[in-house]
Amino acid sequence: MLRKLLIGTALATTFAFSAHAEDVKEVQMLHWWTSGGEAAALNVLKGDLAKEGYAWKDVPVAGGGGDAAMTALKAMVAAGNYPTASQMLGYTVLDYAAAGVMGDLTETAKKEGWDKSVPAALQKFSVYDGKWVAAPVNVHSVNWLWINKAVLDKIGGSEPKTFDDFVALLDKAKAAGVIPLALGGQNWQEATMFDSVVLSTGGPEFYKKAFNDLDDASLKSDTMKKSFDNLAKLVTYVDPNFSGRDWNLATAMVIKGDALVQVMGDWAKGEFNAAKKTPGTDFLCYRFPGTDGSVIYNSDMFGMFNVPDDRKAAQVALATATLSKSFQSAFNVVKGSVPARTDVPDTDFDACGKKGIADLKAANEGGTLFGSLAQGYGAPPAVANAYKDVVSKFVHGQIKTSDEAVTELVKAIDDAK
Amino acid sequence: MSSVATTQIKLTPERSRPSVRARLQDALPKIVLAPSFAITIVFVYGFILWTVYLSFTNSKTFPSYVITGPRAYLRLWGWTFDSDPPSSWYTSIVNMGIFGFLYIAICLALGLFLAILLDQKIRGEGVLRPIYLYPMALSFIVTGVAWKWFLDPGLGLEQTLHQWGWTSFHFDWIKNKDFVIYTVVIAGVWQASGFIMAMFLAGLRGIDGEIMKAAQIDGATTFQLYRRIVIPLLRPIFLSAFIVLAHLAIKSYDLVVALTSGGPGGSAWLPSNFMYEYTFKRNEMAVGSASAVIMLMTIVAIIVPYLYSELREKPR
Amino acid sequence: MSAVATPSRPAASQNASSGMSTKTLNRIVIYGLLALFAVFYLMPLFVMLVTSFKTMDEIQNGNMLALPRAPTFDPWLKAWGETCVGLTCAGIKGYFWNSIKMVVPAVLISTMLGALNGYVLTKWRFRGSTLVFGLMLFACFIPFQSVLLPMATILGSLGRFGVTLQNTVGTSFGLGNPTVNLVFVHVVYGIGFTTLFFRNYYEAFPNELIKAAQVDGASFFQIFRRIMLPNSLPIFVVTVIYQFTNIWNDFLFASAYAGTGDSMPMTVALNNVVNTSTGVVEYNVNMAAAMIAALPTLIVYVVAGRYFVRGLMAGAVKG
Repeated sequence: MLRKLLIGTALATTFAFSAHAEDVKEVQMLHWWTSGGEAAALNVLKGDLAKEGYAWKDVPVAGGGGDAAMTALKAMVAAGNYPTASQMLGYTVLDYAAAGVMGDLTETAKKEGWDKSVPAALQKFSVYDGKWVAAPVNVHSVNWLWINKAVLDKIGGSEPKTFDDFVALLDKAKAAGVIPLALGGQNWQEATMFDSVVLSTGGPEFYKKAFNDLDDASLKSDTMKKSFDNLAKLVTYVDPNFSGRDWNLATAMVIKGDALVQVMGDWAKGEFNAAKKTPGTDFLCYRFPGTDGSVIYNSDMFGMFNVPDDRKAAQVALATATLSKSFQSAFNVVKGSVPARTDVPDTDFDACGKKGIADLKAANEGGTLFGSLAQGYGAPPAVANAYKDVVSKFVHGQIKTSDEAVTELVKAIDDAK
Repeated sequence: MSSVATTQIKLTPERSRPSVRARLQDALPKIVLAPSFAITIVFVYGFILWTVYLSFTNSKTFPSYVITGPRAYLRLWGWTFDSDPPSSWYTSIVNMGIFGFLYIAICLALGLFLAILLDQKIRGEGVLRPIYLYPMALSFIVTGVAWKWFLDPGLGLEQTLHQWGWTSFHFDWIKNKDFVIYTVVIAGVWQASGFIMAMFLAGLRGIDGEIMKAAQIDGATTFQLYRRIVIPLLRPIFLSAFIVLAHLAIKSYDLVVALTSGGPGGSAWLPSNFMYEYTFKRNEMAVGSASAVIMLMTIVAIIVPYLYSELREKPR
Repeated sequence: MSAVATPSRPAASQNASSGMSTKTLNRIVIYGLLALFAVFYLMPLFVMLVTSFKTMDEIQNGNMLALPRAPTFDPWLKAWGETCVGLTCAGIKGYFWNSIKMVVPAVLISTMLGALNGYVLTKWRFRGSTLVFGLMLFACFIPFQSVLLPMATILGSLGRFGVTLQNTVGTSFGLGNPTVNLVFVHVVYGIGFTTLFFRNYYEAFPNELIKAAQVDGASFFQIFRRIMLPNSLPIFVVTVIYQFTNIWNDFLFASAYAGTGDSMPMTVALNNVVNTSTGVVEYNVNMAAAMIAALPTLIVYVVAGRYFVRGLMAGAVKG
């Protein structure tokens, strides 16, 4: 019924616009990258398109890590005014594709060879029902530690290889009077850290079963309980005012040397870059202890909508430019992420970026590339948010024990499925 | 329901020989009111029906029109009693009670108090009035940041007082899951009480001076004057103020997000946050719609008796 | 209508029986309280103002209540003309006009409708008028989030109808124009309040004046124009302030129905400047941008607020 309605709307739009016969040389782009490095990076794309004669009509809606933009998108789609493309995450792309409002870029994909160059894990979200509906822009990975090198040297620490090493290192920092762990007490940050803790505690197989397949037995298991215990241990190393803090402020604590380490996705590197810090000398990027060899990812995608025919040429140009090797390199150098295709040369990337690219390639080939549950790549939004609720309530004390946390997690995920 | 209109129209000469023009004149008030009423019916009550309908479907990311039963209500009902650990819905309802009561009560009391003070022939009223009023002018997108700093123990009041030497002072409500909702009350009162003051001030200025004069001649004290005469005369303003505050309280979504990002473990959520989260973020539109319906029903239960007692025809 | 110009009614504190010393004490207490509350209301504004004149270094390392050591206007200049709103970096100055051309018609239409409705509902009652009022009043409570999608659908179809009109008649009558859409939405969800304000104000307005005018043969609209409107200034002020603020500061409808750069209202632009989660957050620029964005509302408050005093006149008419 809905599908019919939406298709009807789309047809009406097509019909309405068919009065103008010539192509519209313009892309309408909804996104929430409104500041700093991200906006600068997106400007590269705007420039690339301008060279081909396409104007860029910006539809920026910031706020809530894309929440506000997604609300605006839903209203635009309900009104039948599809943008050419919209920044989208994971399961959202599939939801819109299932509603029949996405375009079809399969032809372009074939010509450009995306099938081969884009990791299969990403294609799960950018291809729906055999059709390319979205162009992935980057791959972020969340199981990273970001360490202030000066602080690490001062306390005489070294790269932690296991979870116990990590705890010992945090103890050292505490003894030296530095805030050991910089954390922002917002549910997505806590859950993003917990993604890594689970991968570290249970290993790749366990992470996949629990957080991608939502396997009941794994969610209920003692390993999950152990993971919550480990999370509780980490939380004892944060400062008392962590609640509600934005992630970039937590990163700033590490940059300034007030804190030793932050567990965060590689977008944190954008902050270090913006502060003119160099990897290796000012800060260090290590994989979360015990997760070497695996990558928990999320990815920004440009979902391509089923626009009227006279706007399709512009859309193809946008998608092609987005997945071009030059843009993938230029954009991701700034953003801190790694290219969404595995055949982009890593020459322009810094040490952390080079490691990220190599890790992604290895994880893709070795089958240890997993979607982040906290970031909406492990399960649909209903489940992902139920998960974030439980982790956050555990961190802030509404849920008191790890036993209770496991029970609540199973219940919440079951309820949301 | 003896209205001025009907009695008067009987007096006019046209009434004796009813013409088209007279009938039109007669219907004119209704014609003037009709467009407003019509759009209210369509865009408010029509949409409420639509929301009620959706709450019985399995709508997820998008509206779906296949009725699947009251599952959304059953889930909400289950969450209503999940107090340990508190479900998000339970937290939202409890917070609504605390926030709604304190916010409305404090704003009304403070607004009336300030209006009465300002009405005492104050020199500098022109300066003070905008000072009390301006918080309403600023979007909470930004004043939220200022409040967040002020309430943050590491940056704001606590830190400042520590620097001034009062080191035992503690004010970390915004970081505390049991107290964070009270910081939302503080910021909310700051924002709206000035406007309520303005409403009362407009009301006070509309009161007939003769009545006050007469009461004073009768020897009433200032307190008696306000309690017995002025406040009863402000009754319609109380109604307006209550409606404005109640609707602001129920729609306080930005306030919570800008000030607390939902609070530690979601402890600052209000029902509007719940509704937005489930409808737009979690793609559980049926649950979001059901929560909206429950919100509206609660409002009906509270407001309608009040409206009834206020609007009941009084002998005039 | 003889407007007897009684200068003012006696203020309550000037009680004949109170002696000079109690009176002075009273004044001190009153002024003290008023000043205390002024401090409470001004505090966040103070924080925002001092922050907007500080350098980023000072913000990160100093106390938020401290005065700027080296005041700088750069944040204001940047917010006005340089800061990035999405990919366009020309400050927020360009978005004023978008907001104004949406807010002014929306405020005027909804206020006038409210005044007329209030007039009908108090002075021209008919069977069921109380119910009509109750229904319009309850409409104030509908959560805007739940009307977002159905309203979008309707606006979308109106827009398509507009395109058809454009192709057949040659003009779309504004249908489908984002600004027109926003005006419509704000009028729809504003009339509940404006009606409430005017109805409750007119409720206390003496019926005798209307009766007398009717005997003199004045029509429905004549009475409204000559008797009601001239005596409605305080409530006009309150209503305009309320509507102006709400519409100017609305983000939800604005972002959903007019997101593109051409018609993006100020709040959406401000949100795009302020509500970012990457990069060093430029608090000074954010605060300056917020102050600039709020200027029209602040001006309305200061200017309109003066007319409260005129409310004294209302008392003079009622005899």
